[in-house]
Amino acid sequence: MADSAGTPLKRTPLHFSHVALGARMVPFGGWDMPVEYSGITAEHMAVRTAAGLFDVSHMGEVEIAGKGALEAVQHITSNDASKLQVGQIQYSALTTPEGAFVDDLLVYRFGPSHFLLVINAGGIDKDYAWIAAKANDAVPGIATHNSSSRYALIAIQGPKAQQILQTQTDIDLQAIKYYWFAHGEIAAVRGTVSRTGYTGEDGFEVMVPPAMAAAVWDALMQAGKPHGLIPAGLGARDTLRLEAAMRLYGNDIDDSTTVLEADLGWIVGWNKPEFLGRAALVAQKAKGTTRTLVGFEMIDRAIGRHGHAVFYKGEPAGVVTSGTQTPFLKKAIGMAYVPTSIKTPGTEIEIDIRGRRAKAVIVPMPFYKRPKKS
Amino acid sequence: MSYPTDLKYTKEHEWIRVDDGAGAVGITDFAQQQLGDVVYVELPDVGATMTQGAVFGTIESVKAVSELFAPVSGEVLEVNASLKDRPELVNSKPHDTWLVKVKLANPGETASLMDAAGYEALIAK
Repeated sequence: MADSAGTPLKRTPLHFSHVALGARMVPFGGWDMPVEYSGITAEHMAVRTAAGLFDVSHMGEVEIAGKGALEAVQHITSNDASKLQVGQIQYSALTTPEGAFVDDLLVYRFGPSHFLLVINAGGIDKDYAWIAAKANDAVPGIATHNSSSRYALIAIQGPKAQQILQTQTDIDLQAIKYYWFAHGEIAAVRGTVSRTGYTGEDGFEVMVPPAMAAAVWDALMQAGKPHGLIPAGLGARDTLRLEAAMRLYGNDIDDSTTVLEADLGWIVGWNKPEFLGRAALVAQKAKGTTRTLVGFEMIDRAIGRHGHAVFYKGEPAGVVTSGTQTPFLKKAIGMAYVPTSIKTPGTEIEIDIRGRRAKAVIVPMPFYKRPKKS
Repeated sequence: MSYPTDLKYTKEHEWIRVDDGAGAVGITDFAQQQLGDVVYVELPDVGATMTQGAVFGTIESVKAVSELFAPVSGEVLEVNASLKDRPELVNSKPHDTWLVKVKLANPGETASLMDAAGYEALIAK
């Protein structure tokens, strides 16, 4: 397989597990990835009601370590990494001087002066070059390393995830809070477990050496089977994250959309004295954004999708960034950039779907919130 | 899977079952497998005219949108109303789930369609 430009696709360490499971493989961000095994709907529902197992080894990892590591991370990311304790994780943005996204990422604090950044698969080389250069601007000589080939990443997501994973590890999973992690053994393999995910469901992401990934995958498949765990592909990952209103880089956010326009002001460390894009974001916050990312739900029977034009009172008013019919909510939902002046939930908009204007209404995000444990 | 021999097939993966000057039109098992879970089917109104080879509707799965191409020309006699609430029938019973019934304007047009053996050869490529 090769992508449209003819470049050979990269394979994750779990490639042959996917093929053996009968996955339908598609190119994604330069990788040959499973889009579905049993079907997007079944996989989506399994994650909402039991558990799903995802290979997310295509994601990139970059490490920043040594004296000044915190200062370097503070300079290149929007969120306030000084608030992170060792063992804690935060969602953040790698920002341009304009306050837009080079990428969105997770920042893990491995040690007082050791950070691991988990970045999107599509831009690992571009991101790493950016990170290395900008970190060096802030802290000359700081050590940065593209560790992507050193980690396989497996996500186990769903209400049964903890119960299943606990059978394979001595780490006390109950003690890991949301957006925290712990090191230990998983299926007799040394690795790191974080309570994170991209599904809106409770669950974990397990980082292990690539050579051991298939052993861990198989152990979790076996342990999960009696609990209804099934393998889940990128298709379900996309519908799940959309129900949870998690942004997708390249669709909902990119280097032309600012953190504030993406309605992610909560990942900006406003009290930080300095970071790339700070001045632009402070100015935009004072003045107000002209456009904002909002959630919508279709009123007419139709599905607004990425790239469809949005209209308000007959006038062009933006563009849909993500949209689908979601298996769990059984509604057509999506996200779109619209003028900030019309962002209020309840506002009716129209979406041009192949030449036909279909009615939709702006709704609060997220679309789906998991039930709180009693 | 072997494809029903009483159907005629297009290279765009529609089928038509012709009976007494009228034809029921659907999509093939191969097509539904490629699409994945179907969530929405947009069809013409009764009385609309279809033209052989031209788009007459769209079918959407969770992931993708695909156009439907008319296997023959003619007037739409009936639209399958059960698809509104149960679009997944296209996945579970592709060759029994018709989308529209059409009155053939020119019965000779079916000569340009493939039989089951021809269609199986096409998708085996």
